[in-house]
Amino acid sequence: MKVKIFQVLIIFLFVIIFLVFYKGLNNSNIYVPNKNLKKEIPNFSVKEFSSNIKIDSDKIFLDDEFYLMNIWASWCVPCREEHALLVDLSKHKNLTMVGLNYKDNFVSAKKFLKELDNPYKILLTDPDGLISIEWGAYGVPETFLIHDKKILIKIIGPLNENDKNEIIELIK
Amino acid sequence: MIYIRFFFIIFYLVIAQISYAQDNNLKNKITKNLRCLICQGQSVYDSDSEFANSVKILVENKIQDGFTEKQIYIFLKKKYGDWILYDPEFNKSTYFLWVLPIVMFLIGGVLVFKSFIIKKN
Repeated sequence: MKVKIFQVLIIFLFVIIFLVFYKGLNNSNIYVPNKNLKKEIPNFSVKEFSSNIKIDSDKIFLDDEFYLMNIWASWCVPCREEHALLVDLSKHKNLTMVGLNYKDNFVSAKKFLKELDNPYKILLTDPDGLISIEWGAYGVPETFLIHDKKILIKIIGPLNENDKNEIIELIK
Repeated sequence: MIYIRFFFIIFYLVIAQISYAQDNNLKNKITKNLRCLICQGQSVYDSDSEFANSVKILVENKIQDGFTEKQIYIFLKKKYGDWILYDPEFNKSTYFLWVLPIVMFLIGGVLVFKSFIIKKN
């Protein structure tokens, strides 16, 4: 009797282990951060893209307006893909577009905007990636919707139609 | 005379190297404990990605600003969450992780103790 219980227990244990690992097989092993955080935006001072004048973040992000901050670079291929959507979004009146140029060359960044149109009302530069870290960003492209100095949504990777619709829905 | 001069030159070169190495020690220690979030299975120290390079600059700046190791971890944890640290801290969601090995060890100890002592008697 005792042996039987032991055997059943061992089989049971193996089944549990198998199930745990089998479930784990389908999990993505790429870290996906929490997207809806309602986090406060960081305080930082940042250089303006063309004039190189330092601006404080409080002066950029005012309380009762919607801002879409997009981290981009001319060397980043997905940025090129999402750019048309950003240009579309920039036509909405109650949304201010902020661009943060990430580790980029000034001349190629300018060329990029000339070629694909400039959706950004405020354009900032982040030559060594430190400001992106303040935002908790991973790389390019990354987009934040900001209202009341809080991050409403954060999109990692290029925007798609759904993201665009979600943003339009939120800023109504 | 020439030998002495030569000796001094080498001596100062070595000293300079040592102090440079000490400055870098803390930075290396910290970056080795930070996970490069966009790489797989690499620390910030090991990686040469854009993200890791920025974090390295950040850590260096923070050390120069007089931040302690712990303060730097707190700063990065606030930005990226617990996942960025290789050495997870003891808190509500990690206590199981920390306590389980000790509990296992104790249970094992009890089992060993029981089977040995009881058999002896």
